[in-house]
Amino acid sequence: MSLTRHDVEKIAHLARLSITEQEMPVYVSSLSSIVSFVDELSRAETAGVQPMAHPLEGQHQRLRPDVPTESDHHEKYQVIAPAVAAGLYVVPRVIE
Amino acid sequence: MSNWEVVIGLEIHAQLATKSKIFSGSPTAYGAPPNTQADLVDLGFPGVLPVLNQRAVQMAVKFGLAIDASVAPRSVFARKNYFYPDLPKGYQISQYELPIVARGSLKVMLDDGTVKTIGITRAHLEEDAGKSLHEGLANATGIDLNRAGTPLLEIVSEPDMRSAKEAVAYMKKIHTLVRYLEICDGNMQEGSFRCDANVSVRPKGQEKFGTRAEIKNLNSFRFVEKAIQYEVARQVELIEGGGTVVQETRLYDSDKDETRSMRSKEEANDYRYFPDPDLLPVEIDAAFIASVRASLPELPDQKAARFAKDFALSAYDAGVLSASRELGAYFEAVIAGVGAGHAKLAANWVMGELSSALNRDNIDIENAKVDPKQLTGLLLRIVDATISGKIAKEVFEAMWSEGKPADAIIEAKGLRQITDAGAIEGVIDAVMAANPAQLADYRSGKDKLFGFFVGQVMKATGGKANPAQLNELLKSKLGGGNA
Repeated sequence: MSLTRHDVEKIAHLARLSITEQEMPVYVSSLSSIVSFVDELSRAETAGVQPMAHPLEGQHQRLRPDVPTESDHHEKYQVIAPAVAAGLYVVPRVIE
Repeated sequence: MSNWEVVIGLEIHAQLATKSKIFSGSPTAYGAPPNTQADLVDLGFPGVLPVLNQRAVQMAVKFGLAIDASVAPRSVFARKNYFYPDLPKGYQISQYELPIVARGSLKVMLDDGTVKTIGITRAHLEEDAGKSLHEGLANATGIDLNRAGTPLLEIVSEPDMRSAKEAVAYMKKIHTLVRYLEICDGNMQEGSFRCDANVSVRPKGQEKFGTRAEIKNLNSFRFVEKAIQYEVARQVELIEGGGTVVQETRLYDSDKDETRSMRSKEEANDYRYFPDPDLLPVEIDAAFIASVRASLPELPDQKAARFAKDFALSAYDAGVLSASRELGAYFEAVIAGVGAGHAKLAANWVMGELSSALNRDNIDIENAKVDPKQLTGLLLRIVDATISGKIAKEVFEAMWSEGKPADAIIEAKGLRQITDAGAIEGVIDAVMAANPAQLADYRSGKDKLFGFFVGQVMKATGGKANPAQLNELLKSKLGGGNA
């Protein structure tokens, strides 16, 4: 299966990646070859095989008791934030 | 308008009342200073691992059992990918193909008293996002991640509702249920209980659904009703004017009472769900389900059925009185005092005077200024004919504002009913003597004047004459008898 330029633009937008005009053909062909490689899997006979949700088959999610264990360290965490005000992370305005 | 059928489905988000978050050990208390309840897991730092909260799973199962749904022996968490500043990881952990609860239903009583069953497609666990704050910052948005990672149960209905009122009735029933189950505090102002409405219209008789619009983030029953009404009118007008409805996400603006398109969401609706590799499948065995089942309280429908049967109440009364656990408990405490034989009297007072006083003062029943014991004290004075029902309303108001028991107010205000026949007769005689013209008219056939005489006697006694006795004595006196 081969991807179109439009497909790659859409994927890039969804991942918030900007791809230059020069890079575009490279991505179109290399992503296409990845998809073709994965396509080989669809030739495998999978009727009657239950899809796996996780590679660690036979194991299931451990549950944790509902007890708060974390305390406030926001000042430490916010050291790496580009902008902070009154405890809030500040980002460029987003409003509907 | 009448040629169109409205089709509505709701997605309700109920914040689960856990103490810690769904995948981290951060506390979930509402109203903490910004970002003081967000740890590295909630902030989406690299290298952290989510660990599922057992209580959140129990609560989801509890809801599933209460709506007679199937609880999945194996459910899977998936990543829903999108970018927004209040979602630091760039994905929300949710459930997609294998939700924890599927195929349930709920009975909803409509305004006309009929009962309609609404299908519930699924209910799944997911994490809430943070909050974006737009006020007080010039050209910027502040992000508070305290809410990020709070457990949510998303309850998705079938498109079974046919009017805004039905949608509200269903939402109220879910609200009642999650509070009965004590899995959500139901606080809509704080956003603990909110919903998205999928709305479409189709010509009556047409099988195929029309194109739907999704109205996001409705956080009051009134807004749900108004937003749906607006949206239905908009779609009908659009189609009748030759246009077509486009599938889109819309926002309800309560100030302008209108919905408007959220254009930014249109291209973003490609969430690329895939199983979250950080979380293993959740397995729920029969023992787990049995232990949750054992913790189920009496459910609203069960309580309503019991009230109707044990206290001989109408389905409507029983439904109102079981609308919340607290109201039901109040009512039962009053019944315990006055006896099941006076259940209808108790029901009328709880649904009438008490509820209107609560509404008027905007307080919860737990904080009612007349408690069940005090109300019982009042009702017993009606039962033993110390006061009439009408005077009782006056006593109730005084109890509400002064916080004193009924007997104290009846004594202090001298409201004790006059049941002494001689005393009532004396007043009747005086009234008759004072109104000879009316008396003559009555006796010549103007039966309607009976009410006039009742009114005059009540006025003269300050409303305290026993109404049944008064009727009897008056009938006899006016008729010329000498009883």
